[in-house]
Amino acid sequence: MKEAVNGDKPILAVRDLEKTFGSVVAARDITVSVPAEQTVGVIGANGAGKTTFVNMITGHLTPSKGTILFEDKDITGMPSREITQLGISRSFQVAQIFPTLSVFDNMVIAAAVARRAGGLLGNVTTPVHSPDAIAEADATIDLFQIDRYRNTTASQLPQGVRKLLDIGMAVVGWPRLLLLDEPTSGISIEEKFDLMNVVMSALKTRKITVLFVEHDMEIVARFADRVLAFYDGTVIADGTAHETLDNPRVQELISGVRKPGGAHA
Amino acid sequence: MITREKLAGGLAFLFAAAAAPLAPEWVVSLATIAFANALVVLGLVVLWRTGLVSFGQALYYCIGAYTVALIVRWSGFTDAFALVALGGVGAGIVAALVGFLLARYREIFFAMLSLALSMILYGVLVKTETLGSTDGFSVSTPSFLGYRPHGEALGLSLYWFTLAIDAVAAVLVGAYFRSVAGSLATPIRDNEIRVEFLGVSVTRIIHTKVVIAGVLGGLGGALAALTIGHVDPAMSYWTTSGGFVFVTILAGAGSVAAAFVGSLVFEMVRSFAVDIMPGLWQMVLGSVLLLTILFLPDGLGSLVARLRKREEAKP
Repeated sequence: MKEAVNGDKPILAVRDLEKTFGSVVAARDITVSVPAEQTVGVIGANGAGKTTFVNMITGHLTPSKGTILFEDKDITGMPSREITQLGISRSFQVAQIFPTLSVFDNMVIAAAVARRAGGLLGNVTTPVHSPDAIAEADATIDLFQIDRYRNTTASQLPQGVRKLLDIGMAVVGWPRLLLLDEPTSGISIEEKFDLMNVVMSALKTRKITVLFVEHDMEIVARFADRVLAFYDGTVIADGTAHETLDNPRVQELISGVRKPGGAHA
Repeated sequence: MITREKLAGGLAFLFAAAAAPLAPEWVVSLATIAFANALVVLGLVVLWRTGLVSFGQALYYCIGAYTVALIVRWSGFTDAFALVALGGVGAGIVAALVGFLLARYREIFFAMLSLALSMILYGVLVKTETLGSTDGFSVSTPSFLGYRPHGEALGLSLYWFTLAIDAVAAVLVGAYFRSVAGSLATPIRDNEIRVEFLGVSVTRIIHTKVVIAGVLGGLGGALAALTIGHVDPAMSYWTTSGGFVFVTILAGAGSVAAAFVGSLVFEMVRSFAVDIMPGLWQMVLGSVLLLTILFLPDGLGSLVARLRKREEAKP
């Protein structure tokens, strides 16, 4: 449905991506194309290459081979800061926030940085508390439903709110593509779905294309339009959440679902 | 709130300027040195907010002073405006160069590397006999756009000149603190990774701060050279740097104004201590530092914040 709206032009197109560390192949033969506004879940065991994949897109690792196109622009091997400025943002497995600042200050700084003037003196000539940055910060705080904590020092926040703040800070600059690294890690089972509901509806509102790495298969099934399964550095299944999660190889190698009549794993 | 602070700062500035002719000459000269040194402290505050302490700001102080002294000595050029500007530029260039190295270090490594660089300059100056070795050399009386005051008028001119440069520096640094780069100080101290992921180069921001602190250090040194009328290698010695760090702790990093108040209080305490107990004045200063750290860990500047909090708490 979304593909139809946006035509078949992908926002992200990855071709033959490979990353080797010496003789170790961390990722290979990855070819994926993501249409705008799609929500893609990325699953796989530890060491399967998910994070390597994400890090190559964000510019933290330079691919050994292959190309990455973002909105038709070749970003392969570009420094991460430039990639961020093009409109790709990310959040972290462990929330990366500024613990001694309030939620609002965290957000307003992220907003001001994203909106700063370019050039050599952009950082120095842009005031941090501009009306625009303040409005943007408050809008994002509302969007992520953490306005109750607006003036709370970030180090005092409950785990779930920290995550929301972390993702909010990635979203406040209006990226078009967002990579979420295990958004629910460290969150209790009861809170996971509520957290993801808030996050995903916020991202939908802003029409952001999402790639999220996740270990919890229920979360993946519920929130991903499409799921990529990684094993041994490459994609072994790519389809709708149902297709990928029902794939027998995925069940055997990743999700650990017992085959009917199979022995205990 | 900001306008209230600006108003208070402006009034304090006017008062400081207007009171000078009524004050004894020694007070004016003491205040001139204090306000010249306050620029160096302001530079340290810029670094301090990012969690960086430089034990080598004397490097820039000394370069600013020697730039002025050498120009006067070799060319006979005495215009204070140009001399002080050149002192700031000279120190700024050195800061820009060593900044490539310093910006890669943090914490104790940043502190000690800064100290090492200042001690290199000290060593070079001590060995340079043409520049008077450890004795240094004197700087002739400056002029102000053709105006050549003497005696008491010279003291007042230097004082007002220093005050004017302080005011410009205070306004500019205040604007810097409110900018994106300035407000990234706490974030960099808290979490450099996040700052990088926001799309900002932490190294470049710190490099900028090193240059700002260097320029301020150079301006302070240039003014001190003109006020004292003499330069010597001790201006680059580590105890000079230590003195600036002392004042920074006393002042706190909370506000721009604190640097000036702190520097003035420091000079006053020191001169009274020397006066009252000539042999034990360091002990008095040490006690002041100890009391500051124990009871005012955020410095004199935090007193204003405390008062404001109490005011807000009132119904």
